[in-house]
Amino acid sequence: MSTLDLTRCTAVQLAELLGTRTVSAREVAQAHLDRIAAVDGDIHAFLHVDAAGALAAADAVDADRAADRPLGPLAGVPLALKDVLTMRDVPTTCGSRILEGWRPPYDATVTRRLREAGIVILGKTNMDEFAMGSSTEHSAYGPTRNPWALDRIPGGSGGGSAAALAAFEAPLAIGTDTGGSIRQPAAVTGTVGVKPTYGAVSRYGLVALASSLDQAGPCARTVLDTAMLHQVIAGHDPMDSTSLTDPVPDVVAAAKSGDISGVRIGLVRELGGEGYQAGVQERFAEAVAVLERLGADVVEVSCPSFEHALAAYYLILPSEASSNLAKFDGIRYGLRVGDDGRRSVEEVMSLTREAGFGAEVKRRIMLGTYALSSGYYDAYYGSAQKVRTLIQRDFTAAFAQADVLISPTAPTTAFRLGEKLDDPLAMYLNDVATIPVNLAGNAAMSLPIGLAAEDGLPVGLQVIAPAMADDRLYRVGAALEQALYDRWGGLLIEEVPAR
Amino acid sequence: MPETAGAITREQVAHLGRLARLSLTEDELDRYSAQLADIVAAVARVTEVATPDVPATSHPMPLQNVFRDDVPRPCLSQEQALAGAPDAEDGRFRVPRILDEE
Amino acid sequence: MSQATMELMDFDEAMARFDPVLGLEVHVELSTATKMFCGCPTTFGAEPNTQVCPVCLGLPGALPALNRMGVESAMRIGLALHCEVAEWCRFARKNYFYPDMPKNFQTSQYDEPICSDGWIDVDYDTPEGRRTFRVGIERAHMEEDTGKNVHLGGATGRIHGADYSLVDYNRAGIPLIEIVTKPIEGAGRYAPEVARAYVSALRDLLRALEVSDVRMEQGSLRCDVNVSLRPSADAPFGTRSETKNVNSLRSVERSVRYEIGRQAALLAGGGRVVQETRHWHEDTGLTTSGRSKEEAEDYRYFPEPDLVPIAPSREWVEALRATLPENPAARRNRLAAAWGIGELEMSTVVNAGALDLVEATIAAGADQAAARKWWTGELARVARERGVELRDLAITPAQVAEVEALVQAGTVNDKLARQVIEGVLAGEGGPGEVVAARGLAVVSDDGPLLAAIDDALAAQPDVAEKIRGGKVQAAGAIVGAVMKATRGQADAARVRELIFQRLGVEA
Ligand SMILES: [Mg+2]
Ligand SMILES: [Zn+2]
Repeated sequence: MSTLDLTRCTAVQLAELLGTRTVSAREVAQAHLDRIAAVDGDIHAFLHVDAAGALAAADAVDADRAADRPLGPLAGVPLALKDVLTMRDVPTTCGSRILEGWRPPYDATVTRRLREAGIVILGKTNMDEFAMGSSTEHSAYGPTRNPWALDRIPGGSGGGSAAALAAFEAPLAIGTDTGGSIRQPAAVTGTVGVKPTYGAVSRYGLVALASSLDQAGPCARTVLDTAMLHQVIAGHDPMDSTSLTDPVPDVVAAAKSGDISGVRIGLVRELGGEGYQAGVQERFAEAVAVLERLGADVVEVSCPSFEHALAAYYLILPSEASSNLAKFDGIRYGLRVGDDGRRSVEEVMSLTREAGFGAEVKRRIMLGTYALSSGYYDAYYGSAQKVRTLIQRDFTAAFAQADVLISPTAPTTAFRLGEKLDDPLAMYLNDVATIPVNLAGNAAMSLPIGLAAEDGLPVGLQVIAPAMADDRLYRVGAALEQALYDRWGGLLIEEVPAR
Repeated sequence: MPETAGAITREQVAHLGRLARLSLTEDELDRYSAQLADIVAAVARVTEVATPDVPATSHPMPLQNVFRDDVPRPCLSQEQALAGAPDAEDGRFRVPRILDEE
Repeated sequence: MSQATMELMDFDEAMARFDPVLGLEVHVELSTATKMFCGCPTTFGAEPNTQVCPVCLGLPGALPALNRMGVESAMRIGLALHCEVAEWCRFARKNYFYPDMPKNFQTSQYDEPICSDGWIDVDYDTPEGRRTFRVGIERAHMEEDTGKNVHLGGATGRIHGADYSLVDYNRAGIPLIEIVTKPIEGAGRYAPEVARAYVSALRDLLRALEVSDVRMEQGSLRCDVNVSLRPSADAPFGTRSETKNVNSLRSVERSVRYEIGRQAALLAGGGRVVQETRHWHEDTGLTTSGRSKEEAEDYRYFPEPDLVPIAPSREWVEALRATLPENPAARRNRLAAAWGIGELEMSTVVNAGALDLVEATIAAGADQAAARKWWTGELARVARERGVELRDLAITPAQVAEVEALVQAGTVNDKLARQVIEGVLAGEGGPGEVVAARGLAVVSDDGPLLAAIDDALAAQPDVAEKIRGGKVQAAGAIVGAVMKATRGQADAARVRELIFQRLGVEA
């Protein structure tokens, strides 16, 4: 097997090699650990590499296989876990100083499901602090760099997970998406990411940013790999009261089908045009033509309330976040600052939070505290929740005309590190196309559709499906991926600069 | 719409900082009053479209009546509970002196 | 503590000049097996931080899962208080920082309580006789308890002046029902008695519903008392104070009386009452000033996004209504009449938590006085000693009735009966089996007794001589010797009789 680079394989290919006992899970894990050791100094996708844990998990899979015990389809395939999900006894920081050194005493439900499936968790990936950001520059542990161009952002907040995929450090990754944190990183790194329907994947053990928006989801380099991972992590969890009891749609079958003849695809008028980079628009137009050629009916739909989505989002998110992040106070875990034996607990809490949180987190806590405070609640939080209703109505109307909706995932390709760091509003605008989905709770995917002519950087296309119809994402995504693969003679991700 | 939208005073920011338990620096008081004002101005438009006839949506999925049976589950051990504590004593979390009773 | 020396107006004078308005907020800890939002047990008195999990410790990532029993208990309490049960309601987050609150918000209910708009009739005694007052209920809502702080170091050992505190989160997340009255108007000079009677009636009701231990001394029922005064019954409400920590029935009455005196003196002196939280001190009988309303927190309530709404179907509500027990006050009156006892005796039974047990013991054949005597006497003593509830003792009402039957038949005397009970509690079997196994039956055959008496008289000839000489009180020494010889199983009165018979002395 010496000629085969295991890190270039897809998850499905690795599963095949493992299933036929061509390679062992330990060899696969070791190859990825070696790759991380070689390239992560440049990329900084990982905050913590759990080499010992990964090899132990791989050995357990090998032992099970040797004993002919039943194994899941992805058993032995490595994965990168976003550092916002708890993993027992492994550091979980959420990219924040305030949690430095904390080792959770419990597994998130997603983590547990991954372990039960025999998936080998390589480590925890970098992210914007508490998932607040679109560039991973707000990590307290330094930024992650985009494998396509090291001076560019890998997207955010899940830039670490997306970069790990694009740098071939892992074939699978888990992200979380509150306003686009799976999809936008996927778009700017040329990878695939899915935000499942709200409630499809348990949030238990996902350190909350905005509870009513957060959703964990699968990330990979192909649509089918993403579907396989989706199947593992989705499903009802009694530990999460907002978890859906509906059966998980057969996303793997959908990803294998790829037949979209007669599928009605809605182009969202409000998500495109002005404000979208020329290269993004070009690639998107081409992709639409491909979809039409594949037999889809493309129609234009209008969602007029989407223009208020960003505003509603930047009221709901900080409000919920200000409350969710109150627990970080230096009493039960994490950082404590200023405890000199004289200061009061109130002073120590305030000094701890002041020192432990970064600027963006504090900014949003302040904004949320303001929006919820007495006299402002109705105008801000209350109004934002009404806008949410309007956006849901827009989606309902659009899905009466179309089976799925599409748009560019992000208005631009990866911007330069530092470019928007001092302009929060410009940073927030990056999520304009992804946010409506989180507000309404439905499902969406981003997949690569080529490189922008002006900068040679990846462009992503977003597919949006109604709630609980996540399988439609995979059907359309797989069809488009296959057509582009045929055109390019391979996956776009294979174009990523070698290192 | 609240009359103060679009203008957030330094005093307001200081008050918010106290509510949020952030010991803000002088510099931050200045910076956040400007930035919050900008952001609030940008988002305040939601108040215009949120007419009284529109119901609020707080949960994206319309679930209700989700309950758990009253059956005990295993707890953490005291050691696990205190493992992450910055300071502990006698099986309890040790905290700086509390000035005000709740 | 300038308040400690504060001027109080004499109660009668205060009542002549002002009309009091009360409001009571009672927090009841439910006796569910697990906490409100997680599966941790709720047992009182466990080692610190051993009944905690990621949820109730507020660990990052953990999520609440609502206890069905907690919701049903809340609805049953509301129904028993004649409240409306909401068709749709939610939890909200009440945001404020406090070290005993793991998430730094309390999951509570705000503008959508599960139960609202009810009432309860409470009886109170006046020199003119017993009266009934209808207390309106504003709402009964669900929330969670906080952890417990211990304050250490410093001069006083109390919160003020302490060097640091230690926190135990075992109590954090235990289900609480907060029951809030409507303004209690028109009680006049009996406002303190009405307040006490309300808490007492509420406690009885909760006990009858079997939803809570309602042990005020353990904090499973806690009371905040709001008091305000106004010049007359038709004037608008005055500014109120809110006294926290009022944790006994006696203190409820005393704290109302104290606040009326304090506020009356303030108002009469041209001062004004500050809207504030005050703390009740059981030891001194005083309230002291806490947080004033001006510096009060802004709680930033918003709907709890991690929990979904509750929409009880009308069928569910009716099914719960069907489980409500007989109104405790009505039941007390009915049983008191049936047993022919007064209010005082009845209170003893109820306060011991023995009403059901006494009733069942009588049904098993015991006389009412005996049934009451056993449960509120010997058995209550044992339960107290062991720190358990009466009903948790390992003896059934039928067994208590059997013990009493043995006493009536003269098989055992009172002292032996207590030993029988001890044996039953120790798991040695039923009363009959314990009597047989321990050989506890009274020695009623005169033969062995006469032999023992003869031995004793022979051993103490000087005593025998004294008795013959008419010193009957000297017989005690012989009785003692005989009781010792028969290991207490002799009937002392019979022994005495036989001694005199033997010596030919008229007793
Ligand atoms: Mg309360
Ligand atoms: Zn718990």
